[in-house]
Amino acid sequence: MSKSIKVVGVGGQGTILLAKILTTVFVEAGYDVKMSEIHGMSQRGGSVSSEIRYGDKVYSPVIEKGDASILVSLEQMEAARNVDYLKKDGVLIVNDYKIHSMVTLNGNIPYPDTILEDLSNRVKTYVIDGTNKAVELGLDKVMNIIMLGALSKVIDLDNLKWEDAIRENVKPQYVDINLKAFKIGLNEVK
Amino acid sequence: MKKILSGNEAVARGVYEASVHFASAYPGTPSTEILQNISTYKHIYAEWAPNEKVALETAIGASIAGGRSFAAMKHVGVNVAADPLFTFAYTGVTGGCVLVTADEPGMHSSQNEQDNRNYAKFAKIPMLEPSNSQESKDMIIDAYELSEKYDSVILFRMTTRVCHSKSLVELGEKKEVELIPYKKNFGKYVAIPAIGRKLRHKVEERMNILKGYSETSKWNYEIDNNSKIGVISSGIAFEYANEAFGDTVSYLKLGFTNPLPANLISDFCDKYEKVYIIEENDPYIEEFAKMLGKNVIGKELFPYSGEMTPDVIRRAALSENYKGVELNEELFVGRPPTFCTGCPHRGFFYELGKKRKKIIVAGDIGCYSLAVGEPYDMMDTLICMGASFSSGHGMQKIMEMKEDDDRRIVTVMGDSTFFHTGINSLINTVYNKGNTINVILDNRITGMTGQQDNPGTGLNLAQETSTIMDIEGIVRAIGIKNIRRVNPNDLQETKDAINWALELQETSVIITDWPCKLKKRYNDDDFARYDKMWQTKDKVIEDLCTGCKVCLRSGCASLIFEPSTKKVSINPNTCVGCDVCLQICPYDAIVKDDKYV
Repeated sequence: MSKSIKVVGVGGQGTILLAKILTTVFVEAGYDVKMSEIHGMSQRGGSVSSEIRYGDKVYSPVIEKGDASILVSLEQMEAARNVDYLKKDGVLIVNDYKIHSMVTLNGNIPYPDTILEDLSNRVKTYVIDGTNKAVELGLDKVMNIIMLGALSKVIDLDNLKWEDAIRENVKPQYVDINLKAFKIGLNEVK
Repeated sequence: MKKILSGNEAVARGVYEASVHFASAYPGTPSTEILQNISTYKHIYAEWAPNEKVALETAIGASIAGGRSFAAMKHVGVNVAADPLFTFAYTGVTGGCVLVTADEPGMHSSQNEQDNRNYAKFAKIPMLEPSNSQESKDMIIDAYELSEKYDSVILFRMTTRVCHSKSLVELGEKKEVELIPYKKNFGKYVAIPAIGRKLRHKVEERMNILKGYSETSKWNYEIDNNSKIGVISSGIAFEYANEAFGDTVSYLKLGFTNPLPANLISDFCDKYEKVYIIEENDPYIEEFAKMLGKNVIGKELFPYSGEMTPDVIRRAALSENYKGVELNEELFVGRPPTFCTGCPHRGFFYELGKKRKKIIVAGDIGCYSLAVGEPYDMMDTLICMGASFSSGHGMQKIMEMKEDDDRRIVTVMGDSTFFHTGINSLINTVYNKGNTINVILDNRITGMTGQQDNPGTGLNLAQETSTIMDIEGIVRAIGIKNIRRVNPNDLQETKDAINWALELQETSVIITDWPCKLKKRYNDDDFARYDKMWQTKDKVIEDLCTGCKVCLRSGCASLIFEPSTKKVSINPNTCVGCDVCLQICPYDAIVKDDKYV
């Protein structure tokens, strides 16, 4: 059996690094792993997603709609856009943060304000105050690692070496702050 | 040792292990990272070409001279390279040669969905199709053996998901391959008609021999699961089929797909009660099976377009319905990609937009194609690399025949596209007394594919300092008399240039000169040339902001309009002080933030 985790966000939020660390963790634990992402427009404010599948044997690198166990969203509206990837009993972990798109930026169409309410009524949801916690820590960019910490708690497998994987994928000077961010995220999921 | 690699990284590793001597490419999603990864193996000589035709031609030369050579491109790039490909198919090789085509089922970042497996059949060359990263590496190594054994360039067909998905790869050792001494071979490489006619028969003979190889190739094999249903598949579709059906069906997995193995397919079809052909895009295997008289199920059940992901297969073959969490479409709106904050194209398109009713804009392939969207709506056409100048010229000739329509044609393309095929198009315009306004948006990098160097950047693939093509000098040498170079972040200067060009009745060129914000490497010259580049920020004086939203027409993602206060603010984390919004604001409410001056 294979399991699927989808990570979504907006270009520049660190979706790809999060997915990379996640991939490392599963590879090091001896799982068969496939990871997929679509390149191209991601640096230009578009929606970004990465898909990780792990298990004894994985064939497809892409996740089918309705088949993900976990959806991690670094932004509210992206959670709403991708929630159909989740199984009925799947878990959503969402960063409590809004990024305008060109469509909502000019104020003609408002940014929807009932996203978290709607989703948490229908899906098991953890809302993480990732961006604010990262700013408090002194580096807004580590929001993705706070989300990774929360994700690690939800995955809850004790054979995964998260801290090693973080060390392997971030620059030496940022290891400490990322490890701190990871712990913050871990404690956000009760 | 096992490593997790993308298909593109695995191809680069295979090229390394196969001791390839020469590699070339032009960037294009999803193939770009192949050459970038090859360039990290120091012993392989690798270079960016200005276009795909040149990339393949240099690889052809390298093969003829006795080296193993390699070229990679996206699917539409093979169209550009098709001319040399079809004759190289006749001559064959000296050192082995592999051409990667990276196709895009689903068109994630392409203008069409052409299935380049047809090129293998059309050009009469052998083809390999990997399904994952391990195969990407292993098949590349084998491709060189096949290329040299059967004396042919090999078409190596990948697709977006094979290129960009990562999976585990068992790495191998590099096998040393010596350069082959050069000997003139007139009867092989000089494709004059008399020789071409002889080579034509050689090609037929080769493909007949390869029909036999295809039957026994290790890349074509059956997985017998003792089932009633059989599935024939290739590439990523094989992985998808496995995901959808598991071991409830048997498989004929095809990796060597030109020529296709007639006996293997025929025997497989006879063995199972029902046979599905699962392949993305064209019915390439299906038509072959049907030609063999087999009753297979293909495109009548599975879609002819898009990706053949497991859910698509399940829906079509198993009538399974969606079982996950429902979407609520009221909770989200689109998030189309847009020009980055600080993008030099923004100021230009803002000013050009004011002439919307007087012009028709012929667009091209590159970041500036993002001007199709809100708030610019600035593109009438987009066909292929380099087509804006030439298609615009054709449009202008017809518009001139119309007495009731005096709109002018403005054509736009970037620096890399100009070097790719734009120069030829511009030659045509001036030679034929054209009257278009041609804009070269020079952001000093190949932007859309991820900031690759090009002949205008002063660096080559190895990051050595190199000759910088002088765009203005080239334009002048072609014979264009009307040239203006502007800073696109200076709206008055940009507006003046557009007005100047609209008044002229002969070919003109406007060069916008400001670098891409995402460019990875700047040198001291750049900072001297582009005053205070990225060093300042702009801010809104809230009391002066009337909430008129005129600044939002610049389309900058760092401007945020807050409906409750009816004020605009600028995101200080992302603003890079390009001043475009500052110049647009009618109330002088946007100023330089003096903390950053």
